[in-house]
Amino acid sequence: MRKILSLALGLAAGAALAGAGALPASAAEKLKAAWVYIGPVGDFGWSYQHDQGRKAVEAAFGDKVETSYVESVPEGPDAERVIEQLARAGNKIIFTTSFGYMEPTLKVAKRHPKVFFEHATGYKRDKNMATYNAKFHEGRYILGQIAAKMSKTGTIGYIASFPIPEVISGINAMMLGAQSVNPDMKVKIVWVNSWFDPAKEADAAKALIDQGVDIIAQHTDSPAAMQVAEARGVKAFGQSSDMIKFGPNAQLTSIVDNWAPYYVERVKEAMDGSWKSTDTWAGLKEGEVHMADYTNMPDDVKKLAQETEAKIKSGALNPFQGPVVKQDGTVVAKAGEAVADKDILSMNWYVKGIDDKVPGQ
Amino acid sequence: MLDTVMIGAVLASVVAAATTLLIASLGELVAERAGTLNLGVEGMMIIGAAVGYATAYSSGSLLLGTLAAVLAGMALSLVFATLTIWLAANQVASGLATTILGLGLAGLIGASFVGTRLDAAPALDIPGLSDLPILGKVAFGQDAFVYASVALLALVTWGLARTRIGLILRAVGESHAAAHALGHPVRKIRTLAVMFGGACAGLAGAHLSLAYTPFWASDMTAGRGWIALALVVFSAWKPLWLLAGAYLFGAVSILQLHVQGFGLGIPSQLLSSLPYLATVAALVLISAMKRGQGAPASLGVPFVPDR
Repeated sequence: MRKILSLALGLAAGAALAGAGALPASAAEKLKAAWVYIGPVGDFGWSYQHDQGRKAVEAAFGDKVETSYVESVPEGPDAERVIEQLARAGNKIIFTTSFGYMEPTLKVAKRHPKVFFEHATGYKRDKNMATYNAKFHEGRYILGQIAAKMSKTGTIGYIASFPIPEVISGINAMMLGAQSVNPDMKVKIVWVNSWFDPAKEADAAKALIDQGVDIIAQHTDSPAAMQVAEARGVKAFGQSSDMIKFGPNAQLTSIVDNWAPYYVERVKEAMDGSWKSTDTWAGLKEGEVHMADYTNMPDDVKKLAQETEAKIKSGALNPFQGPVVKQDGTVVAKAGEAVADKDILSMNWYVKGIDDKVPGQ
Repeated sequence: MLDTVMIGAVLASVVAAATTLLIASLGELVAERAGTLNLGVEGMMIIGAAVGYATAYSSGSLLLGTLAAVLAGMALSLVFATLTIWLAANQVASGLATTILGLGLAGLIGASFVGTRLDAAPALDIPGLSDLPILGKVAFGQDAFVYASVALLALVTWGLARTRIGLILRAVGESHAAAHALGHPVRKIRTLAVMFGGACAGLAGAHLSLAYTPFWASDMTAGRGWIALALVVFSAWKPLWLLAGAYLFGAVSILQLHVQGFGLGIPSQLLSSLPYLATVAALVLISAMKRGQGAPASLGVPFVPDR
């Protein structure tokens, strides 16, 4: 229903634009920017953070920009229809924020050469279609170090969504960080096979804690696991948003998606005509991945975390710096080398030290 | 690997997981026994979760929040009842519309509460009994929703089988024409049954947003309304089999997480589908064993009195 409503609004806006010939020039100079979200903006996770970025664009440009969004758009044919509508409604730049929007975005981009398209987390580009993504694994390396310092049981519990490269590289980065502090750190991984199912995420957290885990990390979007950690008196890491309200005594830090700087920059380029099709993979350095305050930990752990964060920002440390060894002993990167970006983006194996199998492998 | 404390904790998780489903499906069972198929359970649940959270957060009272959730579920069920019972609209289409409407409205109502939190509904320990080993906390140390689900189960089982109103309700569901000929107000009875279903769905939603994961997020029911609907069908419209189905589903969904945690190397995709497979298999077996226990004969058929 929300979608239908927003589409109806989009159509109305399109009709308004068609009849806008008589409007004063100032109204026509307003740049229209649109966003397409996979989930509801109220998920307090992935889509919520993208929408915070949209709001930052509004705040930065005021009445020079007009933004709109369509939420809960399924990946597939529906997405193409929605993106097409947005392009016809006179939007100059359109951000599509889920992997599965890649083909639909590409198709619509070919039909509207004068509109700029921005696709998150994909790899296909065109003259008027750019891609962008964030190096969340940089943050996860820091989580691993903190966890190894803080855990008494030596085991981290990991609530994972789907076994795709982004999630697997996150688990690996965290374990590489943990092993840099304590080579014997263990991890228990539970897949909930969903990005967003709060009750199931809570169940997973309870199961992990019942099995003796005293630190919870998650790659799912809701604060449910954080609340369980708070109630059970263990520590946890937040995801997507700062979840300190949900775990005032539990949250160690949170990996926050911060799309605002990128969105503001790209909309500005669309305005002044300097927009180019690019492939952006930004991380801690650019502020796209942001660490929430380090809390509920002793000063030495906090210091270590801050130092690691500074080193990653300056480029002195790469989470996937060799030696990186697979479970079966295959060396992926020797000492002095780092795992190549394309191998991180297609990762489907665990590093040595994880006693589990990648599901379906 | 396992000790009594852990077994107790696991069982407590199972009870919590099953409770949401049991409450929602009991309500739907009553509506269906009266002959109306309401596919709007998911929508009524989410509106209950949203209104319940908003009220509890604003008023600071979990009790008020729960009441508001029940009323909200009921209000949405009245939309469905008006369409299908009084205007004889198609029940499947109206039910789907109810779900879509509920999801949208809930998102709107909850929008300003995203990112806030509540303290969970407290566990109500029954003195003495909750200290028993293993089963103490499981049976006597739960929140009020769990006790409410047990009371509801007793009420529905007894009410349907042993009371006059239960008999009339079942008669309306089996043959609305015959019930009408006997002078029973078919449409009023169906409306009340649908409202009972809405109230239960709202209560189940409140269980999610006030006790299970005490915060609001859009789409937080994540399909539980549909599972509740399926449980009603597979239980062959019998409350006690519904109890079995809900607890089996809850148990397998918790246990598969534990199996993953032990790292036995079983693909998680298979484990995640186990609750569905196990529940379908068990309940199909149950309904196959019992002959002549099909759906209420008038289920889904609109009733127009002077036809």
